[in-house]
Amino acid sequence: MSDQETMIKMKDVNKWYGDFHVLKDVNLDIKKGEKVVICGPSGSGKSTTIRCLNHLEKFQEGSININGTELIEDVKVVRHIRSQVGMVFQHFNLFPHLSVLENLLIAPTWVHNKPRKEAIETAMYYLERVKIAEQAHKYPNQLSGGQQQRVAIARCLCINPEIMLFDEPTSALDPEMVSEVLDVMVELADEGITMICVTHEMGFAKKVADRVIFMDAGQVIEENEPNEFFDNPQSDRLKTFLEQILSH
Amino acid sequence: MATYTMKEAKPAPTANKGIIFWLKENLFPDVKSSLFTLFGLYVIYSIVPPLLDWMIFNATWSGTQDEVVNSGARWIFIIEKFDQFMYGFYPESLHWRPNLVAIISIVFVFSFKYIKNLKVKIAGILLFPVVCFVLISGGWFGLEVVETEKWGGLMLTILVAAVGIIASFPIGVVLALGRQSNMPILRTLCIGFIEFVRGVPLITILFMASVLLPLFFHDGIEFNKLLRALIGITLFQAAYIAEVVRGGLQAIPKGQYEASEALGLSYWQGMILIILPQALKISIPNLVGSFISLFKDTTLVLIIGLFDILAMVTLTNSDTNWLGYEVEGYVFVTMIYWVCCFSMSQYSKSIERKFNTEH
Ligand SMILES: Nc1ncnc2c1ncn2[C@@H]1O[C@H](COP(=O)(O)OP(=O)(O)OP(=O)(O)O)[C@@H](O)[C@H]1O
Ligand SMILES: [Mg+2]
Repeated sequence: MSDQETMIKMKDVNKWYGDFHVLKDVNLDIKKGEKVVICGPSGSGKSTTIRCLNHLEKFQEGSININGTELIEDVKVVRHIRSQVGMVFQHFNLFPHLSVLENLLIAPTWVHNKPRKEAIETAMYYLERVKIAEQAHKYPNQLSGGQQQRVAIARCLCINPEIMLFDEPTSALDPEMVSEVLDVMVELADEGITMICVTHEMGFAKKVADRVIFMDAGQVIEENEPNEFFDNPQSDRLKTFLEQILSH
Repeated sequence: MATYTMKEAKPAPTANKGIIFWLKENLFPDVKSSLFTLFGLYVIYSIVPPLLDWMIFNATWSGTQDEVVNSGARWIFIIEKFDQFMYGFYPESLHWRPNLVAIISIVFVFSFKYIKNLKVKIAGILLFPVVCFVLISGGWFGLEVVETEKWGGLMLTILVAAVGIIASFPIGVVLALGRQSNMPILRTLCIGFIEFVRGVPLITILFMASVLLPLFFHDGIEFNKLLRALIGITLFQAAYIAEVVRGGLQAIPKGQYEASEALGLSYWQGMILIILPQALKISIPNLVGSFISLFKDTTLVLIIGLFDILAMVTLTNSDTNWLGYEVEGYVFVTMIYWVCCFSMSQYSKSIERKFNTEH
């Protein structure tokens, strides 16, 4: 297991919001190319965990290492890490004043200093990949939720990231649009990018994940490979949780 | 179980049912509304015809004072003093210079919307004030120098307002950002400045600018009156801009900040490329509102001895040859202010429309 390169290493990470202890000794080792799904009840700290990885949230104790770089509070280091980590949000967070194509050009041209022409080629390539190239000149609010989320994924891919973080990417979508986004994510997973995905889509987890992690009250309670995880949960809390999400 | 067949779409009921129907529907639908309509018509009837009589039909448009026979407005006063209202004491032979500035400004303002290239836009913004200043004050390219004491009238009003608006804008934006900063000292300074300025009337700021500023720069630096007024007005306006922009910034969802950070944009890149364009766009109506108030507030510069258009009217009224023409003077100034402010608000609407169709 240890002969593979480690991509993400979280060691005893602790975080507080004021007096509220959100993350309690979170440890996480993710190898290059691994797909990890995180699930758990609302408020358990899933978002907070993955938002620490690209420094959208600060943590007070412990350490995080991303692809060999220690995450410290230094503008350059944070920028370096963010340039390798793409993040897809629940509410897409596309820039509404820019066209789809311009949304995809921002990071390559301003952060990675790519020539505009090259950036446009890359952008069109990824729009093609998420099957939305014909919408390149529309504005985000002219697209459906599923289309917006696919644009958001393409926007991350344009910086050619090592790691993709997904924070409940399908939970703000109408049911009939969930699968078009999941399909794109499955395709991505097949290409060997390192992926951490907070989701309750069990089908996706079974199909794609190498490992599923269950968090509750700011702790990692249980982790296992997907089939074992769902068919043979160990802890009572996970059993209750699975009953709840599978009961409807 | 029940099944239903699909229905064809029908055209919407037509709205056009003739003028009589429209009148009845909108002006006389019931007794109460009819009374209001009649009352409104009566008010219009009792105000508009006498006003038109005074302003146009019974007005005197030419000739000398002795020839006035009509009971209406004597616009000959305005015609006689027109140059002073427009340019103050700016030498008559050089009036072409402010005129040229006016033409350049109008062309600039209307073509600005259509300039696509960002570099040309920025060059325009930077070059425009320099060209205007050189043209008006002279001193370069063989242009004769005209001291600021001679500047006046509408020219001065517009100049003070324009400088106030243009210079205060970047300062206001920076203050608004400073107010949101997580550096405590910077934040406190910005809040302190904004709240202080907003808590005092413009007139006190103008007095302070004209009395206090020279104290700071006492080493023989000649600080002219106009410059002092401009600094005072700019700082005053900056505080209001800051508050308007802050409102815009607060309306931007947190997700926008997070997305721009997550993509690796620096603070300033995120602000300039992502946050400010959106925040300023939603602030346009309030920004223009604040510009319009500033335009009207510029009349206060007469307090510290500058002759803007209002001051020129007051001054020309004390001309012993032309006593008793206050009404014409003030009506004229009122119209000028209204035209300027109304144009500003229309221009802002056209910008808003442009933005709205873009998205
Ligand atoms: N900025 C904040 N200030 C204070 N408390 C916060 C803040 N952000 C999150 N929390 C709290 O931290 C806890 C963990 O939040 P987090 O968003 O990580 O949960 P989550 O597991 O992603 O839940 P969900 O499924 O609802 O997204 C929650 O109890 C939440 O109320
Ligand atoms: Mg969450």
